[in-house]
Amino acid sequence: MNLTLREAMLTFKRAPLLSALSVTTIAFSLFVLGLFGLVVVNLQGALQGVEERVEIVAYLLAGTPGEATAQALTDIQGFPEVQTANYVSEDDALARARAELVELRDVMEELERNPLPASIEIKLKPGFRDADHVSLVAERLRGFGFIDDVRFGRDWVEKLDRLRGLAAAVGIVVGAAFAVVAIIIIGTTIRMAVLQRSREIAIMRLVGATDGFIRRPFLLQGAIKGLLGGAVAIGLSFAAYLLINRYLLQSSFFTTEQAAAIVGFGAVIGLLGSATSVGRHLRRV
Amino acid sequence: MIKFTSVFKAFPKGGLALKDVSFHVGKGEFAFLTGHSGAGKSTVMKLIYAEERPTSGEVRVSGYNVNEMKPREVPLLRRKLGIVFQDFRLLEDRTAEENVAFALEVTSARSSTIAARVMRVLTQVGLAAKAQAYPRELSGGEQQRVAIARALVNEPTVLLADEPTGNLDERATRGVFQLLRDINASGTAVVMATHDLDLVRQAPYRVIELQEGALVYDSAVDEARDQATGGTV
Repeated sequence: MNLTLREAMLTFKRAPLLSALSVTTIAFSLFVLGLFGLVVVNLQGALQGVEERVEIVAYLLAGTPGEATAQALTDIQGFPEVQTANYVSEDDALARARAELVELRDVMEELERNPLPASIEIKLKPGFRDADHVSLVAERLRGFGFIDDVRFGRDWVEKLDRLRGLAAAVGIVVGAAFAVVAIIIIGTTIRMAVLQRSREIAIMRLVGATDGFIRRPFLLQGAIKGLLGGAVAIGLSFAAYLLINRYLLQSSFFTTEQAAAIVGFGAVIGLLGSATSVGRHLRRV
Repeated sequence: MIKFTSVFKAFPKGGLALKDVSFHVGKGEFAFLTGHSGAGKSTVMKLIYAEERPTSGEVRVSGYNVNEMKPREVPLLRRKLGIVFQDFRLLEDRTAEENVAFALEVTSARSSTIAARVMRVLTQVGLAAKAQAYPRELSGGEQQRVAIARALVNEPTVLLADEPTGNLDERATRGVFQLLRDINASGTAVVMATHDLDLVRQAPYRVIELQEGALVYDSAVDEARDQATGGTV
């Protein structure tokens, strides 16, 4: 192990330019991937913001007794899909309408009787905010005898569903394409490093080194390059994020886990790129 | 030790590199492999260290059958051999000492013993004082001595030398050849491919001559026959 580490480190010392080039290539490949990742992350954030507004409103029949409402509220809060369920009384509804619908304020002042029904406003947990789950919950609500009507923006929720599906598909396809390009570029760079040491590999074989022994330092070196490249890519992405935030729009950055995943991805690509390059080289000579 | 039985080797693009070659080199023997360029000397060498496989016939080296060896056995065979080339094949960015140690490290030798073993062989080839020198700081003869030290450090039973003096001036040639003779004297078999006939005549060693891939002369066989027939053919 010591020897593997020493040999891997020697490469950085002996071929600093090529090593720096490898790391830079990996960094920029992952940076492009990272930028795309930022777009995805922010798009998802935006979608989530919209999603949070998915709401089901159950209007209650006038004169529903308070105990029944309270019981229903407890039941509804017990639904596995439900995040919150709030009771809005007739008076609350009117107060809210007055505050929100300024142009109708005069009309409302003159009302003799409050025409607005009491309601229960229900928000679903993340992951249940799609058309299917919303309909399911709505259907269940209709089962309560004192619930007059259940409303949710069906069209709107369905559109959101489609948008979400589209975003995921584009994200996967474009992301995979970027990842493949990154893998190819990184693989080529590592292949150069292997070719540069082909003489050394030939000598190692002549003196009786096993293929595994020859391979190990390259794998370690590839993983280290990938790790460094990934770290640089995260740095570049962060700089880009700062610039975008300052001059373009408010956006969000990767979580620590996502950033670690990108760095890890770099290490894995470096490792696999080395494995295939060295493997191919060893089979050929 | 090394046994070729009716070995044929075809070139990838057709034609034969070796035609029906049979010989046997015993323990502790010194054998010259002579012939013009392209006669098949290097092919014989490559078959011995399992870089190539025979097209037909059998090659046996130190208990291994080269025909049937698994790829993972090849390194094990090579650890029993020491190999020296015309172009030295040293790693330019490592000192003499590191070049020699390298051959031990790849065989996962105990690291505590490496330094002592390296110094012992460097002393044997007369380069202990230049252990810290890089190949570019050494003369051709000295570089070949480092290569020989590297070949020796694993204590091989056979030392293969493919034109070891081909790049050296006369003085260095004599020095390297003497070193190979000393190594042989201490019990290691040496197979030396060369087309330097002066060198061949200097020493009373066995000569195996190849011509266009065929073995045309083997002093061990032919001299025995000559003696048996009273020197007349």
